[in-house]
Amino acid sequence: MNSDQNLITIENISVDFYFQENFLSKKQKIRAVKNVSLNIKKGSFVGLVGESGSGKTTLGRTILAANTISQGKVIFNDGKQQFDLSNISKTELKEYRKKAQLIFQDPYAALSPRMTVRDIIAEPLEVMRITQNREETDKRVREIADKCRLNLEHLRRFPHAFSGGQRQRISIARALVSSPQFIVADESVAALDVSIQADILNLLISLQKDLDLTYLYISHDLSVVAHICDEVAVMYLGEIVEHAPTSELFSNPKHPYTKALLSSIPSIDPNKKQNAIVLKGEIPSAINPPSGCVFHTRCNYANENCKKETPLLNTEIKKDHLVSCLRVNDI
Amino acid sequence: MTDLLNIHNLKVEFDTDEGRILAVDNVILELQEGQILGLVGESGSGKSVTAKSIMQLNADNAVYGDNSKIVLEGQDVLKFKTNQDLKVIRGGKVSMIFQEPMASFAPAISIGDQMVEVLLLHKKISKEKAKSISIDMLDRVGIADADKRFKQYAFELSGGMRQRAMIAMALSTMPKLLLADEPTTALDVTIQAQVIDLIKNIVAEYKMGVIFITHDLSVIAQTVDYVAVMYLGTIVESGPVREIISNPKHPYTQGLIEALPDLNNLDKPLKPIPGDIPSPLERPTGCVFHTRCKLFESGVCDNAVPPLSEYAKKHTVACFKVNTNEQ
Repeated sequence: MNSDQNLITIENISVDFYFQENFLSKKQKIRAVKNVSLNIKKGSFVGLVGESGSGKTTLGRTILAANTISQGKVIFNDGKQQFDLSNISKTELKEYRKKAQLIFQDPYAALSPRMTVRDIIAEPLEVMRITQNREETDKRVREIADKCRLNLEHLRRFPHAFSGGQRQRISIARALVSSPQFIVADESVAALDVSIQADILNLLISLQKDLDLTYLYISHDLSVVAHICDEVAVMYLGEIVEHAPTSELFSNPKHPYTKALLSSIPSIDPNKKQNAIVLKGEIPSAINPPSGCVFHTRCNYANENCKKETPLLNTEIKKDHLVSCLRVNDI
Repeated sequence: MTDLLNIHNLKVEFDTDEGRILAVDNVILELQEGQILGLVGESGSGKSVTAKSIMQLNADNAVYGDNSKIVLEGQDVLKFKTNQDLKVIRGGKVSMIFQEPMASFAPAISIGDQMVEVLLLHKKISKEKAKSISIDMLDRVGIADADKRFKQYAFELSGGMRQRAMIAMALSTMPKLLLADEPTTALDVTIQAQVIDLIKNIVAEYKMGVIFITHDLSVIAQTVDYVAVMYLGTIVESGPVREIISNPKHPYTQGLIEALPDLNNLDKPLKPIPGDIPSPLERPTGCVFHTRCKLFESGVCDNAVPPLSEYAKKHTVACFKVNTNEQ
């Protein structure tokens, strides 16, 4: 892969959190993201899937410089500016915020009930001092609101007057108003009804073409990811276990965890019997992760070696299809 | 054979400061023993209110219609007023499992004590017997080390295990009817598949009736025998699940199915249903779906409420356009 065209280059990063059971006990370390490498190409739509607790949100927040990186490097490079997120100054961070933004999951919690929609969308412009005066701000707000299909009448109202889908469009407009290049969308349609979901997803896709955006789309909903993403990375207990172009991943999953995950998606066809691969037990705690391959406690193919040796995401099945499994050739 | 459950013209309104809000209108449902009935719809469609009416668990400002009847094994539960009667439908003959299992268990009482409490309230049995039934039930729903889990608290269990414990508690009194309100929505897909399997096995084993509420049509397709599609408080289409999914007639049902991402056809563009769900305060006149409908005809659809009429055997649709087009 040519690293020149990577908008974001993630090299072996780990993110640790510390917690104390009570004030007398020793601080314990939780490694929420472990040795993850991922390149996000300019203009791509990358999906990040995994179950709750797999570290996908932590990884997303880390790329937005909202978490401290414990090890490794994250580089943002759009050709004009470069930021090293593991070593970023406060002034640089302010610049970086204009380039990378987040769309939240719950549009009911993400908007202040006391601000008009116009003020909500304008706030980033004022905080980041992108616009110089009110006319300029208003012009920019109207432009982006129009792109997100909100009209002038909407801008005067307060969030409570809007439905879930409209609120999510406000949330998207706010994220895009500073003209960022990179967007992390964290479960951005999970709180919406089915008939509205498709509308928001289509909006994200059309905005990508329109504004030349790069997305990291975090979701637990595999069928949504299958539809909108170009490539997908699957996370389990803080590690990426498989990464491939979307159609390749869904037609030819290699990691036992990916296989189980895909087999569990219920089909809309009642005649198609669901044969979900049942995983043994529960997802282990991140405080005390398994030795060797993190998945070995639930894997149907694990042997003694899987408990000792840690696989790396370096087995190449095809071009761009990487798997982290020691036994991938045997199964 | 009499139906296990028969709901006639259920109408539920809520008295609020902004006036009386119609939440459920003219809902007709029937359910036999051993059947799973799916209620599918988006937020505000009245599916939860319908289920809660069966246990009379709606808020105090709920007003039921004069002609509304919910007949469970020959008795109209809406007439139940005394605590003694209500106990029968709340945990006795009818049990409910909720979406968020963490919120459904008391955090400071062990799982076991809560299960025993339910049993002692509904059955005349000793505490020892209640304990052994509970542990047996936990074991049946696939919880390993049931006697150890019995002593634990809700926060010590994982999400999937909590939902299993919830199901075990709901089933311990051997209800005739199980109401499952979005039981898998908060769970990960691998766990969801297990919980669906569990519910299906239990229905087959105990011959109880289940009302399964969800917004997820794929879950419906894999779980239920019959399905009723709700929109803004009314049933717009109902019938056997295969028939409804392969041959949907109501424009709303068609829209819902088309809006779903299809894993077998990744290039298919996603088709949203235009517009937004209207607020219950501004309920459309006539057919409630007419504001978003592709078949809308002015003067017809916004004028009168379409009746639920039979399109094929057991397949009913409430749409003026369907009947005129195809019959």
